Amino acid sequence: MSIVTVQLGQCGNQIGHEVFSALCSDICGTHGLCSKKENESYRDSCKERFFCEEESGVPIARAVLVDMEPKVISQTLSMAARSGHWKYSSHSHFCQKQGSGNNWANGYSVHGPRHKEAIMNLVQKEAEKCDRLGGFFTIMSMAGGTGSGLGAFVTQCLRDAFPTSFILNHVIWPYGTGEVIVQNYNSVLTLSHLYQSSDALLVHENDVMHKICAQLMNIKQISFRDVNQVIAHQLGSVFQPTHTARGSSGYSRNPLGDLMETLVPHPEFKMLGLRNIPQMPESSLAYSTFSWPGLVKHLRQMLIANAKMEEGIDWQVRAPHAGSSIPSTNKPLHFNTSLANLVILRGKDVHGVDLRSFRDPSLYTSWLSPQDAFSAWRTPRAFNKYEKSASLVSNSQFLLKPLDSIVGKAWNMFASKAYIHQYTKFGIQEEDFLDCFTTLEQVISSYTNL
Amino acid sequence: AVSLCFAVGQCGNQVGCRFWDLALREHAAVNKKGIYDEALSSFFRNVDTRSGDNGPDIYKGKICSLKARALLIDMEEGVVNEILQGPLRDVFDSKQLITDVSGSGNNWAIGHKIYGYQYRENIVEKLRKTAEHCDCLQCFFIIHSMGGGTGSGLGTFVLNLLEEEFPEVYRFVTSVYPSGEDDVITSPYNSVLAMKELNEHADCVLPVENESLFEIVNKIHQMINSGKLGSTVKQNSLVTSSAGSAKTLQEKPFDAMNNIVANLLLNLTSSARFEGSLNMDLNEISMNLVPFPRLHYLVSSLTPLYTLADVNVPSRRLDQMFSDAFSRDHQLIQADPKHSLYLACALLVRGNVQVSDLRRNIERLKPSLHFVSWNQEGWKTGLCSVPPVGHSHSLLALANNTCVKPTFIKLKDRFMKLYKKKAHLHHYLQIDGMEQSCFSEAISSLSDLIEEYNELDATKGEPRIDPSRLKIAV
Repeated sequence: MSIVTVQLGQCGNQIGHEVFSALCSDICGTHGLCSKKENESYRDSCKERFFCEEESGVPIARAVLVDMEPKVISQTLSMAARSGHWKYSSHSHFCQKQGSGNNWANGYSVHGPRHKEAIMNLVQKEAEKCDRLGGFFTIMSMAGGTGSGLGAFVTQCLRDAFPTSFILNHVIWPYGTGEVIVQNYNSVLTLSHLYQSSDALLVHENDVMHKICAQLMNIKQISFRDVNQVIAHQLGSVFQPTHTARGSSGYSRNPLGDLMETLVPHPEFKMLGLRNIPQMPESSLAYSTFSWPGLVKHLRQMLIANAKMEEGIDWQVRAPHAGSSIPSTNKPLHFNTSLANLVILRGKDVHGVDLRSFRDPSLYTSWLSPQDAFSAWRTPRAFNKYEKSASLVSNSQFLLKPLDSIVGKAWNMFASKAYIHQYTKFGIQEEDFLDCFTTLEQVISSYTNL
Repeated sequence: AVSLCFAVGQCGNQVGCRFWDLALREHAAVNKKGIYDEALSSFFRNVDTRSGDNGPDIYKGKICSLKARALLIDMEEGVVNEILQGPLRDVFDSKQLITDVSGSGNNWAIGHKIYGYQYRENIVEKLRKTAEHCDCLQCFFIIHSMGGGTGSGLGTFVLNLLEEEFPEVYRFVTSVYPSGEDDVITSPYNSVLAMKELNEHADCVLPVENESLFEIVNKIHQMINSGKLGSTVKQNSLVTSSAGSAKTLQEKPFDAMNNIVANLLLNLTSSARFEGSLNMDLNEISMNLVPFPRLHYLVSSLTPLYTLADVNVPSRRLDQMFSDAFSRDHQLIQADPKHSLYLACALLVRGNVQVSDLRRNIERLKPSLHFVSWNQEGWKTGLCSVPPVGHSHSLLALANNTCVKPTFIKLKDRFMKLYKKKAHLHHYLQIDGMEQSCFSEAISSLSDLIEEYNELDATKGEPRIDPSRLKIAV
């Protein structure tokens, strides 16, 4: 099954480019560390999922690029073409001249309806190129105007036009100390709207990615490109082909569906966090060895202690009682309760890895049995030069604090009515803001009471 | 997206002239192949002049003849004539000029009421024609001074006109405010009358004071002449000289000062013209820096002010650039943002500066700045890959900060000094359309604005009480 990616705004397009680059370089590289047959199967599956073939043999990304100003798309297209390994179709982008001015209302209420037809035509074309459509993957930031506002509108359109398809929104949360002054407003508006039409929101926080670049990747002068490459690596570790628990013959044919089924049992809980280890500069890879028990142990502790990366994990945080599930009011502070988790293992000797520690009922809320709450996908094929790589996609309280912080700041600004005139002039009224705040307070409450 | 510039009056045209010269040089440095691109189109048309001045626009392909997207308006001919005889003569054609001979006598009412009325149709027609050539008009820039008659009066008349004719297009105004020792006695009247228009019709105003420009130019010359910087400092920085030759301060002080204002506009628009990892378009500036419609006065600072020969600047120098942006002596008006209250702050960086450099400096400088309670982390940032010519990196800081207040208070005081004695009032009142109420309304508008800043200042240092959040029934 194929996934159609929709890249929205500057952030969406910059990241999208790094994602396809990472996927392509992973399958072009010879670091599979597995059998030739396995490698070919992996490669074919990846290609079917993300690329389509052209006569020239250069794979074409299954993507639609959307932006309200031309510079980024123009750069993205040419960078891809220059790589020689893959490219975008020359007919899959839509851009305008004006930009959205960091104004969610402008993106949602003005650009959205105005350009709906043109954008959905492009999406339709890409969808038709797929033998079997596995769903949509949108990439956007929630801080600006296009990715956030137009992105929310497009997601709604996708839902309307493809009512039975899976939609996964990849959302970038901005740095806490500003990239955009009205970012908290734009975020509240985006998240509350996406919640209505999307199946799940997969979140990356810039602050976290930045720390990974600084402390794990040892990059001195960190650029957005560095940040985006870490994000692309993490996404690739989730979306490259794997064998799901059920079928061991052949790679999973429905990655988005599988993801939703395992991680989103209830529509009130759609916020997914992502962790990937190990993460280090490429130059260090050759000198490092990893053990699966070590990686599993770290990943589990990162889950329960809500550690954002492999450094500075708080080992004091412990699960309440091993083996039994207890009500949320009695759980120790700082303990991250999960609704559902997915662990993805890639690399050498992957099939023997013991993941029982992730099935511990005390990790989870009481409504699901640990059998239903936890899934594992594996492949012996190593990813992106890492001999062993472990990822965790988690529907848990991971994002509770950051979400609460964003809503708090937005509410604080809303109380003073600052900047509201910029939104009302494009049709988003104070009542609309209140509805969005209410939606998100509900989400916060739900996750708090897990 | 395209911008249209209106240079009104003597000051406006002198600054404008510097701006187009610098813009052309900047694009020439980047655009090696001579192809007419998006970046150029934001300020210039490409005209096929082989068959004369009325040739068609060329939208793609090689550069033929670049024409500035501008209207030059002056009620005297001196400055505009000088431009048309100088190196920029081919950048404008006669259809872009509106001139007269007698000037406005340093009288806002003559500029606004008499010439406004007289030239209204002419301006509208030329405006519409120029707008027709723009496939996506985003922004108007008005460059003028506040203290005289044409820039101040006719300039604000044009502002009004733009709002009427194209209400959706952003109106950015760069206004040069008179200094205390201004030799135009009536400059306070002209400025306050103009302020009312700016309050009501501008989206964003970038005030500039001659005193500050003068001090900055002095500083640069001192640095260069002191030899402290050694041979690393080039004489031909675009900040201080034109046409590649260094002029001494005594010869043409305004040239250097106008260069600074021109650089302000260049840097303001750089991220809209050139690519970068985090673009900052003009409509984003208005969106992020104007929390309430009337509070749209932005204090600006440009750093560094001198050219450095080294390309790989070690972090310490880079951080100095950020520190300087917040110091009182780098602001383009007499103001001290550090000791006043920030409503919002924007940093537009050009050149080889990455997000980590930005973050490090914001973290470092934040503790010493006071932000309003509802915008504690209110930073808008932009990263443009293309540095200005002659620099490896540069920074433009825009602050919506209560430190503008003293400028307005001084203006009000000077106005009241004259107004109480009714000095020179008759020159204004005898103009058709001018009444006493024009003055009382204008000073009232200014007073209200000052009061709004006072109220904000009063909140500074107050303990912060966050409003309680919505409660959800579990």
